[in-house]
Amino acid sequence: MSIKFKAEKVDVFYNEKQAINNISLNIEKNMITALIGPSGCGKSTFLRCLNRMNDVIDSCKITGNILLDNEDIYGPNIDPVDLRARVGMVFQKPNPFPKTIFENIAYGPRIHGLASNNKELREIVFNSLEKAGLIDEVKDRLDDQATGLSGGQQQRVCIARAIAVSPEVILMDEPCSALDPIATAKIEELMNEISQSYTIVIVTHSMQQAARVSKKTAFFHLGELIEYGDTDKIFTKPKNQKTLDYITGRFG
Amino acid sequence: MFSLPLSFVFIILLCVSLFFYYYSKRTIVEKASSIGKKAKTLPVYYGQNAFLWSFFPACIFLIFLTVSGPNYIDQIFFSKIQDLNPKFNSSFIDLILSKVINVANGKIETDDQKIIVLANDYLSAFEKFYFYRGLGAVLCCALLGLIVTARQKPSVNARDQVQFFMVSIFFISALIAILTTAAIIFSLFFESLRFFNLYNVFDFIFGLHWSPNVAIRTDQVASEGSFGMIPVLLGTLLISFIAMCVAIPIGLYSAIYLAEFAPSKVRDYIKPTLEILAGIPTVVYGYFAALTAAPFLRDIGAFVGLDVSSESALAAGLVMGIMIIPFISSLSDDVIRAVPQSLRDGSMGLGATKAETVYRVIIPAAFPGLVGSILLAVSRAIGETMIVVMAAGLSAKLTVNPLESVTTVTVQIVSLLTGDTEFDNIKTLSAFGLGISLFFFTLILNIIALTVSRRLAENYD
Amino acid sequence: MSNLKKRKRVEARLKIYGVASITVALLMLATLLISISLNGYSAFRQAYFKISIPVDMSQFATENGSLSSKKLNLYDWDGLVNQSFNSIFPDITKRNDKRKLFQIISSNSGYDLKQIVKNSEYSIGQKNMVVWLPLSDDADQYLKGRFNIKVPEEDRRLNDKQIIWIDTLVAKDIAKLKFNKTFFTAADSREPESAGILGAVVGSSLTLFVTILFALPLAVMASIYLEYFARPGRITDFIEVNINNLAAVPSIVFGLLGLSVFLSTFGLPRSAPLVGGLVLGLMTLPTIIIASRTSIRSIPPSIREAALGLGASQLQTALHHVLPLATPGILTGTIIGMARALGETAPLLMIGMVAFIMEVPNSFTSASTVMPVQIFMWSDSAERAFYERSSLAILFLVGFLIFMNLIAVILRKKFEKKW
Repeated sequence: MSIKFKAEKVDVFYNEKQAINNISLNIEKNMITALIGPSGCGKSTFLRCLNRMNDVIDSCKITGNILLDNEDIYGPNIDPVDLRARVGMVFQKPNPFPKTIFENIAYGPRIHGLASNNKELREIVFNSLEKAGLIDEVKDRLDDQATGLSGGQQQRVCIARAIAVSPEVILMDEPCSALDPIATAKIEELMNEISQSYTIVIVTHSMQQAARVSKKTAFFHLGELIEYGDTDKIFTKPKNQKTLDYITGRFG
Repeated sequence: MFSLPLSFVFIILLCVSLFFYYYSKRTIVEKASSIGKKAKTLPVYYGQNAFLWSFFPACIFLIFLTVSGPNYIDQIFFSKIQDLNPKFNSSFIDLILSKVINVANGKIETDDQKIIVLANDYLSAFEKFYFYRGLGAVLCCALLGLIVTARQKPSVNARDQVQFFMVSIFFISALIAILTTAAIIFSLFFESLRFFNLYNVFDFIFGLHWSPNVAIRTDQVASEGSFGMIPVLLGTLLISFIAMCVAIPIGLYSAIYLAEFAPSKVRDYIKPTLEILAGIPTVVYGYFAALTAAPFLRDIGAFVGLDVSSESALAAGLVMGIMIIPFISSLSDDVIRAVPQSLRDGSMGLGATKAETVYRVIIPAAFPGLVGSILLAVSRAIGETMIVVMAAGLSAKLTVNPLESVTTVTVQIVSLLTGDTEFDNIKTLSAFGLGISLFFFTLILNIIALTVSRRLAENYD
Repeated sequence: MSNLKKRKRVEARLKIYGVASITVALLMLATLLISISLNGYSAFRQAYFKISIPVDMSQFATENGSLSSKKLNLYDWDGLVNQSFNSIFPDITKRNDKRKLFQIISSNSGYDLKQIVKNSEYSIGQKNMVVWLPLSDDADQYLKGRFNIKVPEEDRRLNDKQIIWIDTLVAKDIAKLKFNKTFFTAADSREPESAGILGAVVGSSLTLFVTILFALPLAVMASIYLEYFARPGRITDFIEVNINNLAAVPSIVFGLLGLSVFLSTFGLPRSAPLVGGLVLGLMTLPTIIIASRTSIRSIPPSIREAALGLGASQLQTALHHVLPLATPGILTGTIIGMARALGETAPLLMIGMVAFIMEVPNSFTSASTVMPVQIFMWSDSAERAFYERSSLAILFLVGFLIFMNLIAVILRKKFEKKW
């Protein structure tokens, strides 16, 4: 198994407040890694460090190294904009652009110049929708507003939109927390399918979800990485008492 | 030599810049493939960069020339006419120059050969100017386009460069706000400095007599003007006070009713209607004050045996009050509605009536905001011009009798500056003295108002 | 329990105060609009008289048979009109009476007749023409019943004889009130019957065009900068303080700024829509910036994150996603700002747009006036007939402003999105 992301001694501060404390973590390629932990434990913050989404927050300061394919993503040669094309993101609340379904998915390929003509663009859009398992539901209404879809469909449009840029990694920040169980099941199924070709990092509140979809799980608590390992092991035989307390529902 | 109109030059600039857009896009691909790499960002950004650099500076150059050019040509012709006969004084030269310009534009006809020659020269000077203006702008555009295109490297992030260029323009736009304030302060300051060279500052600020009629030409017989601001200021404050007496109670009670008692349906209709009142131009209020309210008050006064001036402070103040009502009511309405619902619930939950909640909880909580909105309204009343220009008088009296005619700062500025605007006499310059006083007076009120209401916002954030 | 009653009474009183305040405000609005309407509606019509004029058109012909404007300009049209008008009252022969007689027709009627001929409604072969020409403003007011005959004769603008002549014209059915087309097709004039608002309307349009062209792009760019790119710090704070303060600076101060910067320093022409537009642009800039910023801020951050997460740059995020979504709000702010600029008078007085201009302006640098200033000037005139024109102009201006505000309200309602 090759390593996709390598985080070394990462600290994150918001103004004076430390949100993440000395985290080192390796994320493996083409596999689903789950980050779990109680609210405010820094898991989302850590996730957003991976594609430098924290850059837009002025008060946020990051130290330590994060390597993507052995290259420091905070290095001088890396443009955060290019990085985000390689490391896509799906957010907690479905956030389609208030445009048509087609335009939503075509936007990324357009700005990155992935298609040289309209035919190629359509191909990319259709492929992405297919991969996101949405093609049958929306192929006749690509020109409808994406905001008119159901929550689950909107979230899958967002996943398709992320896929359309052909990223290497997809970060998911609690992608199912705003969805009902059926939509959640569909998204989980989708994650399983695409995990062969993409490295996926998912932040989740639900331990069952982490157990269901991920191969590896990292448990965060109060800005620190408590335990990291194979999901089976974390959920059956955690080494740390805090992890045990959390997965057995004693706090969180 | 053919003349180049502005719009034509503009189109040429657009075309040249577009050329560089496509040219850069093409060359960057070639450059990149020649070194066997891909360009750092998409070719389109290199094109955009070249376009921005060739188009914008050339446009600014063009606008600069267009604004300053005619002035410059007029100056050249001024000295040309002066050379014809050194004995001409400057106002006579101005007269000849305007005649030349009018002949050149075909507005008047003349038989004077000298004027016709000058007019022809004038026309050809403009033609030359238009030509060189166009040529200069296009050259500037082409040169910058070439330089930028030639210097572009595949290893440079053109998207960041485009973003930098645009954000710089955005930043400069945001600076306009500072520039405007600075321009206001400097222009008012320098003109009033010239005034205070001619007239003592303390006499201006504390003087009790205002009569700006001075001799403009030396042969005129007129009294020495005196520029004591106090009576003018007193008139301003008197009218503003009357206005606030009308506007504050009506505005505040309207706001309280709308925010706390009115059914939402009523509110939906009343609020826009009050906004109409706010949208009526001040000149209309002035018309109403001068032609309806003032005669009406005078007639009433005559009826009860009071001598009401036909330009009474009362009429101007009352109408100004009507104008300010929606200003206060809508600002106060926002402030009252910003008071958190939890405070209302808390008070009502203790068994207080709605009125008690309003008087004891909402008004104290909203107090800073209400004060802020009233201060803004006062500042508005002091700076209001058209109502007083049309309905208040010109003579500065030291009185607080609302039935008499008083004058205000803005009335004086308007009457001093309409008509004669040569800046070299004390009369017109005194308007700038009044202007800077008005500016600082309202500035202080605004700053207090904004600070006070910001404090409220912070309390509930 | 009486305590509770008292408390309820306080509440009732508060409510009454509120309702009374609103009623007073609305009554004032109604009084204002009704009094102006009552003053102004009569300006829709103007008194005209029908006259038959013997004129041999062939005397104005050039060799090739068209009308020669030079010959037309040299002809004594006033004399012709007066002569023809005199023939309606053949028994008036005394010089003094004649002068009084000619006072009841517009002193511009000769000019008006020339314009009618110039517009070639009559062919070269004609020897007689029948036209409607305006009566003087006093006769017009008399026909509209706005003339007080009870005033002693020597204080009146029309004496008894003139009134009898006008009555005769009416009795003969050759004088009557007709639709006042001049009001909508002419610029200002010294004579009320020849004055119109077209010059001011065109002046206002040119001025507002400059205003919007100047203020809107600057405001949008400044708001994007302040909301998206500005680093919090002293400069940003200072810009904000300046914007908030500028929004409350009295408008006349902007006029002083325009006078000393645009006119004295830059040497731009006086009375020009270009300068007026720039001054009003500076004045409305803060209004539009504040509205645009509010609108941009109301776009949820999730849209911004979505775009950034796809690898769009900050600029692309702002221009592709945020700006289009903020457009309705920006437009609403712009319309409100423009409505304010359209009604603004004081700063324009400072830069000389208060001049008497008889021509419809045809460029951004030609001398012109605007609607509110025209209203101001007419309100200041002595003639009663200018009052009613002023009122009618107000009705149009206020009507248009209400229309603009209505559009803004509708726009706001329609695009008010709850994210």
